[in-house]
Amino acid sequence: MKKIKKSPLSILYSVLIFLFLYAPIAVLIVYSFNANKSRGSWGGFSLKWYQSLFENGAIMRSLYTTLSVALIASLVSMVMGTLAALGMYYSRRKVRSLLNNVSSLPLVNPDIVTGISLLLLFTFLGFKLGYVSLLLSHIAFCVPYVITSVAPRLYQMDRSLFEAAMDLGAAPTQAFFKVILPEILPGVVTGALLAFTISLDDFVVSFFTAGGGVSTLSMTVYSMTRKGVKPEINAISAIMFVSVLLLLILINLRSTREAKKQKQARR
Amino acid sequence: MRKFKYASLPFAAYALIFILAPLLLIVFYSFAGPGGLTLEHYKAFFNFEDPVYLQVLWRSIKVAAVSTLLCLALGYPMAYILSKMRPGLRDTMVFLFVLPMWMNFLLRTYAWMTLLERTGLINSLLGKLGLGPLDLMYTQGAVVLGNVYNFLPFMILPIYNVLVKIDSSVVEAAQDLGANRSVVFRKVIFPLSLPGVISGVSMTFMPAVSTFIISRLLGGGQQALIGDIIENQFKVVGNWGLGSAMSVVLMALILAAMNVARKYEDENAGGNVLL
Repeated sequence: MKKIKKSPLSILYSVLIFLFLYAPIAVLIVYSFNANKSRGSWGGFSLKWYQSLFENGAIMRSLYTTLSVALIASLVSMVMGTLAALGMYYSRRKVRSLLNNVSSLPLVNPDIVTGISLLLLFTFLGFKLGYVSLLLSHIAFCVPYVITSVAPRLYQMDRSLFEAAMDLGAAPTQAFFKVILPEILPGVVTGALLAFTISLDDFVVSFFTAGGGVSTLSMTVYSMTRKGVKPEINAISAIMFVSVLLLLILINLRSTREAKKQKQARR
Repeated sequence: MRKFKYASLPFAAYALIFILAPLLLIVFYSFAGPGGLTLEHYKAFFNFEDPVYLQVLWRSIKVAAVSTLLCLALGYPMAYILSKMRPGLRDTMVFLFVLPMWMNFLLRTYAWMTLLERTGLINSLLGKLGLGPLDLMYTQGAVVLGNVYNFLPFMILPIYNVLVKIDSSVVEAAQDLGANRSVVFRKVIFPLSLPGVISGVSMTFMPAVSTFIISRLLGGGQQALIGDIIENQFKVVGNWGLGSAMSVVLMALILAAMNVARKYEDENAGGNVLL
């Protein structure tokens, strides 16, 4: 088996696959610094597309919408999802698996189905589409991600710790904040970061639930691409790529550090 | 602590309103007519005399199937190579595979627009060689390419997750018993990796069959898929009954595919795919 590891063919293959995955993104980022508008030719290094990006009112408004929705949705999901995971942990098996199945629905359903189902709901209730409907929809598909990252933490927790706190006279809320929360906190934070990233990345659900007046960054990009390729989009791509990269590195560092800590704790 | 079980109540209420009720509304709208319940929307969809919608459904299944097979053909060797790397390098490589998946879907697809269009990079390179320009955009090939590009990591990761867990002593036993490399692969490694393959196939097929962005941006108007015509019913035509019926058909298709997949799926194979 060792032969395979060093075979030049497998290195070449890996390089080709990486090129396939990264070349389009790299081209986009490189052209975001191109002074020429046409992508056929290189007109020298320039930051003018970034400048026109920041001067573009529609783009900056949608950036603000995207960030504020992602922030509020991830905070609400963090609280609701953590409580849900806690409740499910202490519930009967039937209730738990029912809630688990319901929370997995947004994860397995195609985005387009989630999007139109929420559109139908808001219309059915006579709720005007806009910022609030957008936010409510984002919370709906973000909570499941928090639940899935908090739940495993609860199962790893030593149940007797909590009982000991109760025996020593702690009130349930006190026991929760002093004993349970510190144990599950890494899962809570990772879940919130995950929810933030997912919300930031969403296009399809926002597309159906935001209505005419409100636009997220993805929606603005979509309407720009419909009118043809624009150099400003390259600049947005570069910024979004770098921000997602930083977020992911943060999430990953957290989980590796946690894994190390756990290993040490077991020793 | 018994009282803590009520902590899930806010989520339960929220999920009832914003997850369950909306899905039931799709089913309701798909049967709702002007004078009560009706099958007219389903009849319009399954109209065998003028099968416009069925043709779109068939095209979506075909495009998704071709994209899935290509992902499998490209992804399996990559997953295999990854699983043979030394652990430290392996984790970095897996992270690098996950990374482009987190780049906004729309922007990833848009990136291919800038490469494929008539004044794009590929055609201007071809032009320097005295070739082209070729019409690469707005073809079914471009849609398949967009699918493969977007969903390849969904195929690689589950297969990798299974391959990496295969007990090396099983492979060594086969080798000791005189099996050469191709026999070991065919008789031992590939059968053991099937749960990952199934999981990868379903994780690639499902988003590919329901997409409307890739087909819209890279396929133009001619290559409409089921996702496009659903979006069209809601955003342009305004026939919500027909759009809902189409969504129910899409959900049924995906549920059926998932049930087939679940029979073979290893529970651990798909779980760790997101991060």
